[in-house]
Amino acid sequence: MTNRGTPLVEMRDISISFGGIKAVDHVTVDLYPGEVVGLLGHNGAGKSTLIKCLSGAYQPDSGEIRINGEKVEINNPRDARAQNIETIYQTLALADNLDAASNLFLGREIVNSLGFVDETKMEAETRKIMARLNPNFRKFNVPVSALSGGQRQSVAIARAVYFNAKILIMDEPTAALGPHETQMVSELIQELKAQGLGIFLIEHDIHNVMKLCDRASVMKNGQLVGTVNVDEVTDEDILGMIILGKKPAKAA
Amino acid sequence: MTDTTHQPQAQGKEDGLIGRFLRATELDPRLIGMVGALFLIWIGFHAYGALFLGEGSFLTPRNLWNLSVQTASIGIMATGMVLVIITRNIDLSVGSIVGVTGMYMGLLQVEWLPQMLGLGHPAIWIITVVFGLLLGALIGAIQGGMIAYLSIPSFIVTLGGLLIWRGVAFLAAGGRTISPVDPTFALLGGGPYGAIGAMGSWIVCAIACVGVIWLVLNGRKNRRLHGFALRPVWAEWFMGLLGCGFILGATLVVNAYPWPKGILQQYYQALGQDVPEDAFIAHGYAYPVLILAVVGILMTILMTRTRFGRYVFAIGGNPEAAALSGINTRAMTVKIFTLMGALAGLAGVIASARLNSATNALGDLDELYVIAAAVVGGTSLAGGVGTIYGAIIGALVLVSLQTGMVLIGFGDGSYRKIVIGAALVLAVWLDIVYRKRIK
Repeated sequence: MTNRGTPLVEMRDISISFGGIKAVDHVTVDLYPGEVVGLLGHNGAGKSTLIKCLSGAYQPDSGEIRINGEKVEINNPRDARAQNIETIYQTLALADNLDAASNLFLGREIVNSLGFVDETKMEAETRKIMARLNPNFRKFNVPVSALSGGQRQSVAIARAVYFNAKILIMDEPTAALGPHETQMVSELIQELKAQGLGIFLIEHDIHNVMKLCDRASVMKNGQLVGTVNVDEVTDEDILGMIILGKKPAKAA
Repeated sequence: MTDTTHQPQAQGKEDGLIGRFLRATELDPRLIGMVGALFLIWIGFHAYGALFLGEGSFLTPRNLWNLSVQTASIGIMATGMVLVIITRNIDLSVGSIVGVTGMYMGLLQVEWLPQMLGLGHPAIWIITVVFGLLLGALIGAIQGGMIAYLSIPSFIVTLGGLLIWRGVAFLAAGGRTISPVDPTFALLGGGPYGAIGAMGSWIVCAIACVGVIWLVLNGRKNRRLHGFALRPVWAEWFMGLLGCGFILGATLVVNAYPWPKGILQQYYQALGQDVPEDAFIAHGYAYPVLILAVVGILMTILMTRTRFGRYVFAIGGNPEAAALSGINTRAMTVKIFTLMGALAGLAGVIASARLNSATNALGDLDELYVIAAAVVGGTSLAGGVGTIYGAIIGALVLVSLQTGMVLIGFGDGSYRKIVIGAALVLAVWLDIVYRKRIK
């Protein structure tokens, strides 16, 4: 691969184990601005665990994380957010009993000069961003448990996008969506990419990977099989990596 | 389906008058249900007294005033228990914290401080109250720390606390009863002198009504500022009048309860006068009731207007999501239990002041009434749902049942326990039915 300057994110030699099982075993991945890197592999291959080290949910046992070339400590989700890393979790990580605005601003509420939460302002901001992401969204005053899968997804996406993320982690963002909503997410990814964000995309659908990703890193049993440039390989090659752990001849 | 014009929140616009009324006023139907149940209980006890005992004594200023005072300590703790239960925890130790704080406050103000400051020193009651709150907070913090950082279930930690603190309370004074407490401290428990009188009550009434009107106007202004749909004007009027009417009614009741003859005689004797023929001095709001009101308002602000309150609900709704949002859920647990402990300490102040003594049995079984009050008031044991006002109304319901049973002559304990136990189960069942129906 040609040298493109400093990567936005480098995760070097990351290892983490749970009770003796190596969930992630010396894995190195990187991400450049304006790039979508797909993370692929079977369930349990270690993709989500790896990415949770970046989002602050887990702390790696060894290895280092660099943002714009500088080594950073990410000990909790707050640290990750301070580095402009936003995550859309597979489970969406929404508090079901709260409404969309409360979820969007959870942990980062808008407060007024007295330190009180400014509920109306937050709702107004939520209406603004939802008008952009999902114009049909109307249910602002109900708990998110009353929303459909797609609507919940758009709340989770809005939360990641609203705070000017530079690095976006999407863990199977289209798993619960219908075709129309999947299309909307695809368009959003293209748009964010054009804005210069770096996106880690965990995805099972090989067609989405071929369509959306610039590179793909494949994991198996906690180890990195390899990273390939998507336009230099076929979907057969990638499937071979996922299923057999076999690196194609023309690896990046 | 063709693209119809969207009206925000326009689902089910065809449902009749009641639905329209509820949506316009944005009143919580559960609140209406609880208040309705409360009135039914009150009327039931009064009617039973009128029919079978020849005299309905429940709906009298005297009983309602006493009811308000008796509700104070349970109500104060119930507001804290709401936070504990919302975050999917439980605190079984609050009754014992009342006991242990009450006992140490008793020792402090009766035996230790008078030796240091002199008997009747004006600072005694202040030091005692601050000490009681801090002691309660400390106990809560220790328990919260064990729950959060040692991952011991709150049920176990506070079950241990229930036994430990009751034991400590006994050992503190070797089982003695400490009395009488400092005279100023005793006022915090209510009683004829522990109330603010008619004039004070009218002032409180006026301030509270201004507050209600301000809330209505400010809410309207805020909605207009952000271009949200306004409530119909008649609904705003209704809410304002309802709030003010409630406050006015409560004030009329507490001002209709006069001092008893003995106290009147004492009072006029101290003035060096004879008791006038038409002597009528009203109690007015009792201090513990005002404390409960202030705690209720502060806790409501905490839960609805601050980040802290948001995080409490978020942790209850989805602890994992809360942690992933950068909320320090462990520190939150410690803070919540610390607050619960401090409120139990405050309840200890009121309970021991009301008794005018600190006894080893102070606050015995309070934990069950407090938990029951929160749950009857709509706090879900599954977490994530609950309101402060609900818990206070829940406390009022339970204390009404308790005192009502005494009033109609079933006060020996057994019937009372049966009725309260049944009411608890019934309330939770109704709540489950209600939640299913709105889904």
